[in-house]
Amino acid sequence: MAAPDRAPGGAAAVPDGGGADPLPTGRGVELLLLGFAAVLVTSALVLVQANQERELSSTLLYLGAAYLALFTGAHLAVRRFAPFADPLILPCVALLNGLGLVMIHRLDLAEAARAAALGRDIPTALTGRQVAWTAVGLVLFAVVLWAVRNHRLLARYAYTAGFVGLVLLALPGLLPSSLSEVNGAKIWLRLGVFSIQPGEFAKILLIIFFAAFLVQKRELFTTAGRKVLGMELPRARDLAPLLVAWGLSVGVLVLERDLGTSLLFFGIVLVLLYAATERVSWLLIGLSFFVGGALIAYQLFGHVRTRVEIWLDPFEDFYGAGNQIGQALFGLATGGVGGTGLGAGRPELVPFAATDFMVSSLGEELGLVGLAAVLVVYLVLITRGLRSALAVRDSFGKLLATGLAFTIALQIFVVIGGATKLIPLTGLTLPFLSYGGSSLVANYALVALLLRISHAARAPLSRPQPRAPIASANTELVERPK
Amino acid sequence: MNTPVRRIAIAVMAMIVLLMANLTYVQVVKAGEYRDDPRNRRVLLAEYSRQRGQISADGQILANSVETDDELRYQRQYPDGPLYAPVTGYFSTVYGSSGLERAAGEVLDGSDDRLFVRRLSDLLTGRDPSGGSVVTTIDPAVQRAAFEGLADRDFAGSVVALDPATGAILAMASTPSYDPNPLADHDPAVQTEAWEAYNAAEPPVLVNRAISETYPPGSTFKLIDTAAALQNGFDPSSPLTAASSITLTNTNTDLENFAGRPCGGGSTTTLREALARSCNTAFAQLAEALGEQTLRGQAEAFGFGLTDLRVPMPVAGSTLGEIPDIAALQQSGIGQRDVRVTPLQNAMMVAAIANDGRLMAPYLIREIQDQQLTAIDTTEPDQISQAVPAGVAQTLTDLMLGSEERTQGGGKIPGVQIASKTGTAEHGADPKNTPPHNWYVAFAPADNPRIAVAVLVEDGGDRSLEATGGSRAAPIGRAVIEAGLRSTS
Repeated sequence: MAAPDRAPGGAAAVPDGGGADPLPTGRGVELLLLGFAAVLVTSALVLVQANQERELSSTLLYLGAAYLALFTGAHLAVRRFAPFADPLILPCVALLNGLGLVMIHRLDLAEAARAAALGRDIPTALTGRQVAWTAVGLVLFAVVLWAVRNHRLLARYAYTAGFVGLVLLALPGLLPSSLSEVNGAKIWLRLGVFSIQPGEFAKILLIIFFAAFLVQKRELFTTAGRKVLGMELPRARDLAPLLVAWGLSVGVLVLERDLGTSLLFFGIVLVLLYAATERVSWLLIGLSFFVGGALIAYQLFGHVRTRVEIWLDPFEDFYGAGNQIGQALFGLATGGVGGTGLGAGRPELVPFAATDFMVSSLGEELGLVGLAAVLVVYLVLITRGLRSALAVRDSFGKLLATGLAFTIALQIFVVIGGATKLIPLTGLTLPFLSYGGSSLVANYALVALLLRISHAARAPLSRPQPRAPIASANTELVERPK
Repeated sequence: MNTPVRRIAIAVMAMIVLLMANLTYVQVVKAGEYRDDPRNRRVLLAEYSRQRGQISADGQILANSVETDDELRYQRQYPDGPLYAPVTGYFSTVYGSSGLERAAGEVLDGSDDRLFVRRLSDLLTGRDPSGGSVVTTIDPAVQRAAFEGLADRDFAGSVVALDPATGAILAMASTPSYDPNPLADHDPAVQTEAWEAYNAAEPPVLVNRAISETYPPGSTFKLIDTAAALQNGFDPSSPLTAASSITLTNTNTDLENFAGRPCGGGSTTTLREALARSCNTAFAQLAEALGEQTLRGQAEAFGFGLTDLRVPMPVAGSTLGEIPDIAALQQSGIGQRDVRVTPLQNAMMVAAIANDGRLMAPYLIREIQDQQLTAIDTTEPDQISQAVPAGVAQTLTDLMLGSEERTQGGGKIPGVQIASKTGTAEHGADPKNTPPHNWYVAFAPADNPRIAVAVLVEDGGDRSLEATGGSRAAPIGRAVIEAGLRSTS
């Protein structure tokens, strides 16, 4: 974000009544970068196979080609439905997704080897399912691009989205445990053969709702209340939406025992409020709510206290509750700066290596260097999303893009920070990298919306207006974009 | 609303930077600590995939790895497990490692720099990488005498035997011991069962008493008083009190001789007589006369306060503790109060006296061999300090001969002159009713010492209140010396 004003295709770069010089769409760049991602992912797969002393055959190249074909499909969908979309977002996502697949395959090999050594049945490989989920995700991606021709239309369905989102969020908490509980967290809908986490989809729907709601009621929130310490506080009655969000977060925490979603949800609402009102006071009020909620949760819930104790010293109870973090730290440390090499470490020693602790698997085998690179890819993805928010002309689009991009940021912060003992562990997945169908599919929908908004931001203004002499033109009131 | 979005972007970047900084902390700053944590199985698992080197003593294998057909390709085995457990330690996929398995781990797994050339050629020729081997200084006959001396009597305790001229550790026993084999089993359930049993054992079995535990030295500390005295104006005939009991300076506490007996016939005795009879009152007086600084200096010259000593396993530091007043000085002078030593330290003390006052660094690894069992590094003896001048060492030897003469217990070796000192150290919250720790420190032959030993028997061995260093520890020490002299002659 060094120079947001030079955003390619940003508002500033579009000549008034544009269309004289068609702007480069960036689709060529996108395809080239997707090819680059395919080369990286295929190389990673070859390394895994070599280090695990498995056969190196031309099948690997076919797999790489299939991966490229899959994302070329996505690329074509973008080319067709959002030709001016940001060219970096899709390659970033493709690279993360591909790297995740390689790592999940690598953990499959480890689990199979361990099961064979212990004489147990070899567990079902996760890679196949994740590839299937990737395909489903990309289909949804194309469908969203096709169905949502203009992101502003979404604002019309704000209340519907909010209601559905709320139901999805609350559903697992209200259903009996047999239908909603996996590994102690009640965040699932168990639908026979497969399970989904409705919270992942609720996240997007609620962002749509909040963005639209805040744009509609913006005036309300900026109405000044009392002034304290040079800060304008909002009126007490305007605090209601924040209180509702806070209450929902606490509800999620209590009913679903899901610290991560609770935190994520509240963080996003807070940031959207801040972006809509430009008031720092909202942030401070929100943070004090958060601190209050955290303190109450710490007092009331044993599982929250346990999390905090583990965070303070995971090695105290290494063979018990602290095992996950302890093992993750050992894995990261064993990887060190350069990593053990893909396929040459022992990432399977960390429980939930493919989901919550994907970061320690990557950190062990790719090292600090590899993890830093992954973080940079995420950073590019997020800043591209925020850049679209800056460049898009309508307030709803700005808020929506900000919310979507910030979700990814907050989520990786909470997940990576949790797995590396920066903050207490909460249990969320890394977008695109971790194993998990709901997260993957939902995040593809999220990226499709981001691309849609970035298309709106970069596309030339619709059809050149017939130029009338300035004097005879009707006076038009144009709101200055903030 | 672009301003807040820009600020949010900056906040996101700050979050990512924070994550990177934390990762750097974990993967760089704390990396070594976490990687070497014994609970981190990764290093062990990697090591199991290649052949680990062997640990041997005088041609006898203490630990080696043989090929198996399961996923962990090699099985570690210990032919004489409990006998050598304090030396080899254990090597477990679940519970980490100890002893030489840990301290010499880099040699055994082949990652030591001295094995670099070999490793490179393994890589180029496609040979399976394998580890180097460690040849210990242990003399199997001495080790067996030491272990059986304790174990056959069902004593908890430790024996350390040194070659006084070099510091080579000839025996290092700790009882009760454990068998490292189940901890190296490929079935984690077997490991867990053994681990839990070993950890629950009482007295503890996993601890290496020779180097990891410290005990009050009791009367064996009087050798240090005497060494200091001989360099500060005293000679063997200097007079000292013969009172059966004295009151500690500025207190109401009485300090008694053993069994409340006076030190010989008269009102005074000599330093020679006081050491031979191990009179507490005389040495309390002597310690007061010498002063804290002199005593500390002498103790340090014998190896007290070395906190980074490695053999290569780390050795717990021996210490005089705090000496706040004269009473404490008097008690410390007879090896009580807060004075604590490892059995190895006591062996080092007598070895230095045997070696004309030169204190040699103790070591357990004689030689490192590459994968073809060709020697690539040999330990050179290393002098730590001149603990006492050669003349003083000679006088001390002479006085210790007098002590041995008065020491009871069986196993005296005809024709061999042993220089020794016993110790019976009180400990615990109720010292008068807790069986004392028994010591015997000695070297032989007195005129040309070839072996120095320290024997510690915890809690009087059979938990008798009457146990003394002479009755419990001395017979074991003499048997060890006999084994040592027979095998080195």
